[in-house]
Amino acid sequence: MSWNFNDDRPIYIQLMEQIQLRIISGVYKVGEKLPSVRDMASDASVNPNTMQKALTELERTGLVFSQRTSGRFITEDSNMIKDIRKGLAKEQIEKFLYNMEKIGYTKQETIQLVETISKEMK
Amino acid sequence: MATDENKLFYDSTENDAISNFANSNMDSKPILECKNLVKTYANSEALKGIDLTINRGRIVGLLGPNGSGKSTLIKLANGLLTPSSGEILIDGIKPGIETKKIVSYLPERTYLNDWMKVSDIINFFKDFYDNFNPEKAYEMLQKLNINPNDKLKTMSKGTKEKVQLILVMSRDADLYLLDEPIAGVDPAARDYILNTIITNYNENATIIISTHLISDIERILDDVVFISYGKIFLTKSVDEIREDEGKSVDALFREVFKC
Repeated sequence: MSWNFNDDRPIYIQLMEQIQLRIISGVYKVGEKLPSVRDMASDASVNPNTMQKALTELERTGLVFSQRTSGRFITEDSNMIKDIRKGLAKEQIEKFLYNMEKIGYTKQETIQLVETISKEMK
Repeated sequence: MATDENKLFYDSTENDAISNFANSNMDSKPILECKNLVKTYANSEALKGIDLTINRGRIVGLLGPNGSGKSTLIKLANGLLTPSSGEILIDGIKPGIETKKIVSYLPERTYLNDWMKVSDIINFFKDFYDNFNPEKAYEMLQKLNINPNDKLKTMSKGTKEKVQLILVMSRDADLYLLDEPIAGVDPAARDYILNTIITNYNENATIIISTHLISDIERILDDVVFISYGKIFLTKSVDEIREDEGKSVDALFREVFKC
């Protein structure tokens, strides 16, 4: 998974989202230790202070936690990860339905179309 | 630049010339401080009273159009020029022999002798600076496929620039002043160099980069200073600019300095 940033939003927020995505998709596993701030910053080619800020914000949400001497870990609360995953799915679907509405499909029509197309794809 | 134009980007309660790049866990003495700094050349005013405070542990972009005073400011910080009035302090003292020990400077143009081999220059730097780390230099040379036995004069412009930057970044300095460090370097090497900056810089050191290649370096900067006609136009963190303006530093620069 590569790091991608767009131009119009703060970098730390985009880092938070992408770390979250890595946790949900299992790149970083439940309860696992995260790489050092410096390594993560280097991997994403961002300023270490910015990476630090993103991780501090994620700590505030509880998704990661730090242990004084041994580093930073992903939460062991798998329900929390599931909830975030569900939240993201909801966001994607809302965005999709909104875009479909813009091109003239009602929610009902969209759902039918999704069913038809997903059958065709098999 | 007129104050009313500044208001476009400023909270009116904020002083438009003074910035404070705070970093909570750092020693309180700023690494670079300018107080009403003025530099006049024979018939022009290059810096017209600059107030600027930059703390330790930051990577700062010094951005401005051609002839705005960026290089003058860097040369003053380095002791190559002396202020016409006002003051510039490095770690609390005036630029001089003491500050040269803690400042690592990459000039716009090379001062190295063409006939020297890279390994000769490395020995030269080792003799010259106590805080120069030759192993670090050789490691970076190898990563960028530069043969230490090559002479500078046989190298392309971009390769020469890489060598210079490697030398400068191989010192354990407190303040790095990089004047146009990546202009002639290809994009792949640019990425490597920027990554080197991120991974090597120590949290107590500050890097000031003057450049036009804003979109390339934006992600590694903490703060930016916009300088225009010898005055500070704006000082903000990259994420503040993105948050407040909804655009990148590069886009803001193009808007502010539109020709």
